[in-house]
Amino acid sequence: MSRALVSVPPRARRGEVVEIRAMVQHEMETGFRPLPQGGFVPRLILRRFECHHDGATVFAADLHPAISANPYIAFRMRATRSGELVFRWIDDRGAVREERATIEVA
Amino acid sequence: MTLRAPSRRLVLAGGLALAAAPRHAGAAPEAARAAMRAFAGGAEPRRGRVELDMPTLVENGNAVPTVVRVDSPMTEEDHVVEIALFNERNPLPDIARFHLGPRCGEAWVATRIRLGDTQTVHALARMKDGSVWAASAELIVTLPACIEG
Repeated sequence: MSRALVSVPPRARRGEVVEIRAMVQHEMETGFRPLPQGGFVPRLILRRFECHHDGATVFAADLHPAISANPYIAFRMRATRSGELVFRWIDDRGAVREERATIEVA
Repeated sequence: MTLRAPSRRLVLAGGLALAAAPRHAGAAPEAARAAMRAFAGGAEPRRGRVELDMPTLVENGNAVPTVVRVDSPMTEEDHVVEIALFNERNPLPDIARFHLGPRCGEAWVATRIRLGDTQTVHALARMKDGSVWAASAELIVTLPACIEG
């Protein structure tokens, strides 16, 4: 699909609140851009973003065309347990882009 | 960010923004109000607890840095469930909805949004107890998103 960048601190103390940043390459075509011959460029956006850790959803977002191209989303997470974070972006057609990162909690 | 005295370039850009406005009929403030009412679901949004941090003067409407912070302990009993962003003058009133929970530790979200015009952006947060809190930001957009078509 495209390039995705996630930033997760590799290590954290138990209970510490860490910042997670995620960006993915995507046009986020709004559906409002006029074509020279009339009509509009068809809409194709990422409509959902999710971050899962330790069998639960930490954070999720429903996105609309007003989110900039190459969507950037940052949020916080309380570090509770070592493991893998799974990031997922889903577009209008149901295509899924997944990215993973590991955090060590001590 | 401090507001500078408007330069000639800025005034011209402002004129361009106005000229471009009719190309997007835009979500009228009424559409934004209706979307916010639907989000609040019967609760009366109260001012406070939500902080919406955006630049006063936007030079590029294609990527406007947006940060929302909500005053909440983010415990199992008392946390932010959802944060929603709305605008008054893009073609659609919705921008994004963020789903949070106690695992977040802090109610803080940052993103970048598109703004097609000078307008007001609203951030609403729904708490676990059902109460809804709100903040808004007024922005001057000199180069609106997607005017190039």
